[in-house]
Amino acid sequence: MSTARAGTDPQLMTGADILVKSLVDHGVEVLFAYPGGCSMPMHQALTRFGTSLRTILPRHEQGGAFAAQGYARSTGKVGVVMATSGPGATNLVTAIADAKLDSVPIVCITGQVPTKAIGSDAFQETPMVEVCRGITKHHYLVTKVSDLPRIMKEAFHLAQSGRPGPVLIDMPKDVQLGNLNEIDMDPAMNLPGYESVAPVVPSETIRQIAAAIKLARRPVIYAGGGIILGEASEELQQFVNKTGIPVTTTVMGIGAIPPEHERSMDWLGMHGAAYANYAVRDCDLLIALGVRFDDRVTGKVEAFAKDAKIIHIDIDGSELNKNKTAHIPVRGDVKQALTELNKVIEQPEIKDWQDHCEQLKAKHPLSYDQEFDGILQQHAIKVLSDVTADMDTYITVGVGQHQMWAAQFYKFRRPRTWLSSSGLGTMGFGLPAAMGVQAANPNSLVIDIDGDGSFQMNVQELATCFCEDLPVKVLLLNNQHLGMVVQWEDRFMGRNRAHTYLGPIHHEEAAGPSNADRFSYAENRYPDFVKIAQGYGCGAATIRDKCDLEPAIREMIAHKGPYLLDVQVPYQEHVLPMIPGGMTVDDMILE
Amino acid sequence: MSNTVQRHVLSALVQNVPGVLAHISGMLASRGYNIDSLAVGETEDNHLSRMTFVVVGDDSVLEQVGKQLEKIVTVVQVVDVSSRDFVERDLLLMKVKAPAGNTRSEIRELVDIFRGKIVDVGPQEITVEISGRENKVQAFIERMRPYGITELVRTGRIAMVRSKTEHNASGGTEARGAS
Repeated sequence: MSTARAGTDPQLMTGADILVKSLVDHGVEVLFAYPGGCSMPMHQALTRFGTSLRTILPRHEQGGAFAAQGYARSTGKVGVVMATSGPGATNLVTAIADAKLDSVPIVCITGQVPTKAIGSDAFQETPMVEVCRGITKHHYLVTKVSDLPRIMKEAFHLAQSGRPGPVLIDMPKDVQLGNLNEIDMDPAMNLPGYESVAPVVPSETIRQIAAAIKLARRPVIYAGGGIILGEASEELQQFVNKTGIPVTTTVMGIGAIPPEHERSMDWLGMHGAAYANYAVRDCDLLIALGVRFDDRVTGKVEAFAKDAKIIHIDIDGSELNKNKTAHIPVRGDVKQALTELNKVIEQPEIKDWQDHCEQLKAKHPLSYDQEFDGILQQHAIKVLSDVTADMDTYITVGVGQHQMWAAQFYKFRRPRTWLSSSGLGTMGFGLPAAMGVQAANPNSLVIDIDGDGSFQMNVQELATCFCEDLPVKVLLLNNQHLGMVVQWEDRFMGRNRAHTYLGPIHHEEAAGPSNADRFSYAENRYPDFVKIAQGYGCGAATIRDKCDLEPAIREMIAHKGPYLLDVQVPYQEHVLPMIPGGMTVDDMILE
Repeated sequence: MSNTVQRHVLSALVQNVPGVLAHISGMLASRGYNIDSLAVGETEDNHLSRMTFVVVGDDSVLEQVGKQLEKIVTVVQVVDVSSRDFVERDLLLMKVKAPAGNTRSEIRELVDIFRGKIVDVGPQEITVEISGRENKVQAFIERMRPYGITELVRTGRIAMVRSKTEHNASGGTEARGAS
């Protein structure tokens, strides 16, 4: 990303013009913006900057914000979303919280009522800064046009430096309309308390880590989203190659190391690979890189890697010793730390341990019923993975069973090709995120693997895909249920159906105890997703037979515009393995 | 690291911008930290304010509070004052029932002993100002309780690390424990 251009512009400009010019100066190519009364001046300004900046109109502000996330997650650049005041602004809130938990750099610009009206409960007034304090990295209410160039510069700097995150800029309408001349578009920032560059990891710490690794007999690397955000996957792979240490990732870290790598143990946690969880249980040294010991990874945190010494490297010092005490806590940039480590590291004596991990992997592979003559969700994903293996593909997902299966059965070989709302777990993420990926990568194949529950939370974005020429594909694993909740009902709540069936309420699956067979389908399917997609102008097809799957996927990929493939799947399939919340590896459910 | 629950005095230098107090108190509340007292005011530099917190918790809580505070963009610096040699003060104003006569004299004497000041006198009650360390202020409140406290207000604690000159332990009348 280019930095702001220096120099002054003698021309008289409005606040809205300054804002838009600043976006252009910060290298923004695409933004997602939905207009309204209090953001119209900014939209008018966007038209004045014509071709240097593409404005995509989503069909819901949340869709716009997740699209900005898709742009940011797939490129590493700052995503930008704009909404009007009040409901427009509050519709961004979920996506802002989501960006905070997954450390996604986005700048959110909201219209606000004129400064004189603030606090009067004016039409479409909400105190956005108040609402967003705890879910942004930083936030601004702009009260003077003259502050704007500095605030824009700070916002972009904050969003993408250090641990990235969302920044909110609340723009009162009078500030948008206010005039300013003698504009310095590259003023000094005023961030005395912000350390944008992590301290260099001292060489003695590097030596200490190398020594701990040399002594280890059962080491495991636990790599997370920090590796992706820190562009450190090459350094990680070098580190793994040099040391031979088995490596597992978090859901956010998927793509950091190719699944075919001989030391890859895939991902760990609640629905992670059994072998990854066993390896972490049995290790004597846990090398935690850009991770935060999330409860979905650790289960019962006291029992997590309980016999291991822990090295924890993270750019955010507050993650060290937060959930789990580290023996060597290191605040720093993982890329820099790994680069230095790779210079001095020696291979520890871990042949037995490597063999043990390989055996674990062979003994507990991720699997599903291959014999079933219909299409299982896992099978659909595996076939998609095989078909697209040599294509330039990005995958987004919603939240639930399909998300976990996508993580398990799709092979992600490059960073930033897997986009998942992982920390907040926001249903409806998949389609708008795919839209943002497609806008950033027009020549790539972008597929939203979605569930019928998640998909309907932002189904309106099919209109954006069609109208803005974003040829996103949707592989809809349609089981007519909220599958993950059904799974919990089945496992822990006596199979009592409590608002987990998505069809009309007089269906027998809508309430009460279920005695459905393993491969049951919900009949009388609702809604008709093919008609919906076609109504939006997209290509669409529905399939149920296993033999139709691969040709249908190929047809979907070959389709010029956006396309929805409705795959009818049974609803009693469970995501396994599973470590129930707050429990330990030894409580893992394997079948 | 100690696992015992203690009171720690933290001092945070923050940018003097709108919303910074709400931001910090909101963060502390949403993360469930137990704050005993919070005082805030401008510093010698009008771009900066100083906040003093009393946090209750063990060392790990203190570590997290400090780090979470430092993570807030408008927080410039956080110091664990109570890990150093420091001076702390709490200012109290109190209305206490003091009808003319013996009672009033008794109260006046106690106020003198605690080096307080009577700042207002009404027909039936007086207003007392007192400052000092928390245990002194607390002791004074206990002495006054039997007379009937009708209103009480405190600033919350403020604190400052002592200058690093000579032998701090005998730093005049302000020596630790003396006040």
